Amino acid sequence: MSNMGDYDYLIIGNSAGAVGCIEGLRSVDKNGTVALVAEEDYHVYSRALIPYYLGGQITRDKLYYRSLDFYDRARVSVINGHRAVKIDSTVRVVELDNGSRLGYGKLLLATGGKPIYPPIPGLDKQNVFSFHSMSDVLGIEKELAAVQSAVVLGGGVIGLMAAEVLHKRGINVHVLELAERLLAPVVDATTSHLVEGALQKAGVTLYLKNTIDQVHGTERVESVTLKDGRNIPCDLLIVGVGVAPRVELAQGTDMEVNRGIVVDKRMQTAVPGIFACGDCASTYNFVTGAGQNLPLWPNAYLGGRIAGFNMAGMERAFVQGTAMNAMHFFDVNIINAGINVTGANSRDALGVIQEYEKDTQTYRKFILSEEGHIKGFILVGQIARAGIFLNLMRRKIDVRAFQQDLFKKDFGYADLPEALRWKLLQDDVILGVV
Amino acid sequence: MGRIKAKPEVCMGCHLCEVWCAVAHSKSKHIIKAFLYEEDKPLPRLVVEEKLPLTFALQCRHCAEPDCVTACISGALSKDPETGRVVHDPNQCVGCYSCVLTCPYGSIFINPRKREIIKCDLCAGLDTFYCVSHCPNEALVYEDC
Ligand SMILES: Cc1cc2nc3c(=O)[nH]c(=O)nc-3n(C[C@H](O)[C@H](O)[C@H](O)COP(=O)(O)OP(=O)(O)OC[C@H]3O[C@@H](n4cnc5c(N)ncnc54)[C@H](O)[C@@H]3O)c2cc1C
Ligand code: SF4
Ligand code: SF4
Repeated sequence: MSNMGDYDYLIIGNSAGAVGCIEGLRSVDKNGTVALVAEEDYHVYSRALIPYYLGGQITRDKLYYRSLDFYDRARVSVINGHRAVKIDSTVRVVELDNGSRLGYGKLLLATGGKPIYPPIPGLDKQNVFSFHSMSDVLGIEKELAAVQSAVVLGGGVIGLMAAEVLHKRGINVHVLELAERLLAPVVDATTSHLVEGALQKAGVTLYLKNTIDQVHGTERVESVTLKDGRNIPCDLLIVGVGVAPRVELAQGTDMEVNRGIVVDKRMQTAVPGIFACGDCASTYNFVTGAGQNLPLWPNAYLGGRIAGFNMAGMERAFVQGTAMNAMHFFDVNIINAGINVTGANSRDALGVIQEYEKDTQTYRKFILSEEGHIKGFILVGQIARAGIFLNLMRRKIDVRAFQQDLFKKDFGYADLPEALRWKLLQDDVILGVV
Repeated sequence: MGRIKAKPEVCMGCHLCEVWCAVAHSKSKHIIKAFLYEEDKPLPRLVVEEKLPLTFALQCRHCAEPDCVTACISGALSKDPETGRVVHDPNQCVGCYSCVLTCPYGSIFINPRKREIIKCDLCAGLDTFYCVSHCPNEALVYEDC
């Protein structure tokens, strides 16, 4: 079939990773030709804003992550509404679903993830959606006015965001979670219970250690029967049990896939010239030192940016990625990063320090290695200046000398030992005396 | 691109930079009217760090590779390629606090009355850097770099 052209850089996907790549490579290479293939037929939008849009907090045009002239200004040829289906890395060509072919010098896979549907019959009905894409948004939006009762399958971050939004729209919301607590992989039990309390107080019904056994209705879901036999009538079902990396393009190639597409610190796959980033990739977690799926916005954008630098010939390493969340459910604000140590998985070499203040519902927990490095933290209630902790974690600072100060409400650089303080501030902060 | 440099050796911890930063970002730009009469009580976008006798003012560094911009899920934060300022567009911001999570200097501030963040804009649109020009001890200096 026709060859649509050769590009110096070709990007598959149109989201955080893609934009990071474009902005990174354009800051190095102003002239190279860039094309982007997007299966969804929309200008680049932020899926992380879906809850804010459906909750009525922002208008549709605010879903866009970059201005409408972004691609023109960055001189990127956008091929919208088409899926890349095959890579031939020997001749450096990508084939699209309409048979056309695009040649590339460097290729980025920023294909993201795909919502997981558990093997429960009946989840293909009209009023069942995931909470992931523009088509979900449009579908849910159409239903909303008539919905009285909704079931949310999954008590993770996405499921709970969906639950809050639906609750705010005046809908009776039922959250089903297979584990014995909400957000179990993300935070510890104390934090889970604070979130459970907030949801229950607001009037969201939680069903823990439970899931759907049967879906009732013909074209549309009318009710579900749970594992424990209870029945919940519903006119909307949201499936939010997780996202699987989209690795189709890597399959049958020399790229290594370990859940995500495996990349090195420069974001390059095992096939020279092909890079990957974001939710589809398995990237370096600076806390654990392992390659891992880190499906979060900052990791996708920065991974893409670093890929862009390297694609344009400027060597840079992605060493800032780890699990990190800023979340809020009703009035509970949470920030966490790094390892999530729960009772069950605490390792001997790791120490845990924590403080919980019942009156104010504030909670702080730090996971420390034997050398006193922060390996993970959770802040609930009081999240001000949280990035300082992330910085201490990134820079592998021994915090033992001041570890009690980490709980101070106004913890800051003043609380660090003098030499360390000026050392940490000297890179980006120009101070009078150092 | 410039940023504001602190001189801890002469800072006396009077917090006037915080006060004047708030004034700079008020409607009236008037120190009395702003705090007494304005509906949205103005808030500072820098913090005086204290461990007495040490005090110094710390605000956004307008980083070369800003972590806050990286993390922003809405595109509300961006780095202006011409001025080097890291700017925040409150109309686009949803208050997710991802930027609070990632700023290494703790220079993104939360407005406790709203789901909103505020940060140093290097007094955009004003004719002076308020924290710098109002510091009685000249403990803050704007430096081009
Ligand atoms: C409701 C929701 C809320 C979230 N909130 C947060 C949050 O607050 N903070 C946070 O850090 N993260 C959040 N996330 C996660 C965050 O959105 C993702 O980590 C991020 O979108 C990943 O970006 P990406 O570029 O890797 O891929 P994606 O955003 O998944 O985009 C990939 C794109 O590639 C396209 N594509 C895939 N395959 C092909 C192909 N073969 N050909 C052409 N196009 C293709 C897809 O259609 C899609 O548009 C949230 C996610 C959701 C769903
Ligand atoms: S807010 Fe923080 S991360 Fe962003 S530019 Fe300022 S100092 Fe850097
Ligand atoms: S709080 Fe606003 S500026 Fe900060 S990351 Fe979220 S959307 Fe961006």
